[in-house]
Amino acid sequence: MNDHAMTDDHHDHGPDPHPIRRWIMTTNHKDLGAMYLWLSFAMFLLGGSMALVIRAELFQPGMQLVNPEFFNQMTTMHALIMVFGAIMPAFVGFSNWLLPVMLGAPDMALPRINNWGFWILVVALIIIASTLFLPGGAPAGGWTLYPPLVLQTGASFPFMVFGVHLLGVSSIMGAINVIATILNLRAPGMTLMKMPLFAWSWLITAFLLIAVMPVLAGGVTMLLTDRYFGTSFFNAAGGGDPVLFQHIFWFFGHPEVYIIIMPAFGLISHIIPAFSRKPLFGADSMVYAMCGIAFLSFIVWAHHMFTVGMPLAGELFFTFATMLIAVPTGVKVFNWAATMWRGSLTFETPMLFAIAFVLLFTVGGLSGLMLAMAPVDFQYHDSYFVVAHFHYVMMIGATFGIMAAVYFWLPKWTGHMYDERLGKLHFWSTTIFVNLTFFPMHFAGLAGMPRRIPDYALQFTSFNQISSVGAFGYGISQLLWLYVIIKCIKGGPKAPAKPWEGAEGLEWTLPSPPPYHSFTTPPVIHH
Amino acid sequence: MWKQNLRAISAILIIWLLAVPALAAPLEFNMPKGVTEISRDVYDLHMLTFWICTVIGAVVFLVMMYSMIRFRKSAGAVPAQFHHNTAVEVVWTVIPFIILVVMAAPSGKVLIQMYDTSDAELTVKVTGYQWKWGYEYLDKGVSFFSTLDSASNQARQLDSGIDPATVDHYLLNVDKPLVLPVGVKVRFLFTASDVIHAWWVPAFAIKKDAIPGTFTEAWAKIDEPGTYRGQCAELCGRDHGFMPIVVIAKPKEEFEVWLAEQKTKQAASLPAQGILAVH
Repeated sequence: MNDHAMTDDHHDHGPDPHPIRRWIMTTNHKDLGAMYLWLSFAMFLLGGSMALVIRAELFQPGMQLVNPEFFNQMTTMHALIMVFGAIMPAFVGFSNWLLPVMLGAPDMALPRINNWGFWILVVALIIIASTLFLPGGAPAGGWTLYPPLVLQTGASFPFMVFGVHLLGVSSIMGAINVIATILNLRAPGMTLMKMPLFAWSWLITAFLLIAVMPVLAGGVTMLLTDRYFGTSFFNAAGGGDPVLFQHIFWFFGHPEVYIIIMPAFGLISHIIPAFSRKPLFGADSMVYAMCGIAFLSFIVWAHHMFTVGMPLAGELFFTFATMLIAVPTGVKVFNWAATMWRGSLTFETPMLFAIAFVLLFTVGGLSGLMLAMAPVDFQYHDSYFVVAHFHYVMMIGATFGIMAAVYFWLPKWTGHMYDERLGKLHFWSTTIFVNLTFFPMHFAGLAGMPRRIPDYALQFTSFNQISSVGAFGYGISQLLWLYVIIKCIKGGPKAPAKPWEGAEGLEWTLPSPPPYHSFTTPPVIHH
Repeated sequence: MWKQNLRAISAILIIWLLAVPALAAPLEFNMPKGVTEISRDVYDLHMLTFWICTVIGAVVFLVMMYSMIRFRKSAGAVPAQFHHNTAVEVVWTVIPFIILVVMAAPSGKVLIQMYDTSDAELTVKVTGYQWKWGYEYLDKGVSFFSTLDSASNQARQLDSGIDPATVDHYLLNVDKPLVLPVGVKVRFLFTASDVIHAWWVPAFAIKKDAIPGTFTEAWAKIDEPGTYRGQCAELCGRDHGFMPIVVIAKPKEEFEVWLAEQKTKQAASLPAQGILAVH
């Protein structure tokens, strides 16, 4: 797809030398990419601490550490922070750093919007996190915000709604930027079907974001007016219906989970071929599969609501449509496996995470297939089986995608090789502990443990103890990751332009690290 | 050598699991088969899907493990350069689709049966409250609240100092259980008075949201007498984890006797634990 590319010429000016003004005012995609990634890591540690509060309380039956109200605040905030503060910003960070250099573009199409998108996100997260300190504490009705329960939230309610609105604004701005960049700034000769898979994954993700974030905004605004302005959207006494909110929320919520995973799909499709020294198997099908998944994601939302009492026809439709998603997803998994087949494999840290991603995301996807079937979902719904499922696909899937990608591109970003021995240690520690944490949750759910409870009956004790030990081990392992990253930034063996023998893409033609402004003249793509 | 390590690690794990204090019941790994025909059908469907998923997962795992061993660069593997094969791609799109149909058909059948609440002999109205359940035997003049029993409630307080292992069915016991007849189709109507709750009894494979302002329904025909326990399954606020469900299934004649006693007691002590109609 790309042979030689014209690297940057020497007219570039560097970053703003003023240390604070640079980061507040920057419109540079490399700066903003790094800022999003650091924000994401900080939120990952914050959300992770909340998870450890949860797991500490759940280590034993009985209440030892927190009261039930605070526990519910922790479960709610843990999810909000992780989904909107850790995972989504991480992938935005990757989009910022990587899309221009992969496409041969000098920057994103809308650099000033890029800056605003970041800082609005920071304000939104501060507003949401600050609700912990308001009278009555943070929202405690679950990240899913169902009424009527959420309307019992105290003073933090309007801040939560406002925070969610700002999150949406940030995401929509970022998505517009991604689409404008991909459609307009590809280097000459790079047709859409020659475009790297990560760009495809983000093109699709961006359309999903623009389609559904406004729906969430509408839903939370209706909550706001129900609470303060006398409407009855979700109040039966006034002619409304609490279930309406669930439809609105999940119409956003289901595409949202594909927004969360799709960029990881794209990243893995770069990493596995690199370490297999073999082209991605079925690249065209991978694109079509992502499009299929994105389309299907709009017509399956009510599988989150199987117990709500929908008419039979609705339940049947959503069961069958949800099951269908297994087909394009399976295609992707098989294509990754086929890429490795008869390759020449090495197992540096990015590849370890990428392989673990495929295997563990498959586990999560298969439990999702089980959940898709409405009559059996009656036993799984709102139990720890669901908690296991979504943590396997999001917590392990998306997060391992992020970890693989950080290791893969860290030499490019910093100009140094990271410590491979420590990276592998981080991988094994993370993988063992994360499975210890979440695998027992399948059994706890099957045995009858509901979710979002601060205390449990005795037969769930063993599963919970193993999970809690795993969670603390996992948390400590991420401090090792932080150490590896900082150590790499500060120094290490010098990284060449292409540190990975099998890596393909325009970014590998640039020096490591690339100049502040790269591809100010577009490269020409030959084939 | 690694086998020895594996054995040692397994031994430690097993000992740890067995030695865990407060383990009142043997470790349950799987969904219960339950005590209704529907619950057994659900279990069978679960096991069908489970095995299919296990096989698919195992195949993917084995293919990748094989690749990691056989196609290692360090073993001298030279990479092939193929990157598509239409026939193979068609096969692994069509075969999963067929597997889905195999799973979907019985799924639909069981769901259709679950939705048929007609011809029930008894209807029980279940109302979710923050944080307890209310039961009303429709047209029988019997109704009462069912709350977490006081022994559990005391033990679960923060820093109570009471060991949950000393409490009978900790967090799964109530002061006044729901009593139902065996062998009779019972229809449930669910609603709530404040926020959304959900009534879940795994032994019946029933989980239904209890939504304020509307009714949802389910039915069960219990095959065996016994005590069946469940919990609220929709976050409903502070004590969501502390509003369990206990159902005692009695042979039909015993149930009728019990119901008649309740009716007499309730009529005699007006206003007793009646429940206002919730609309």
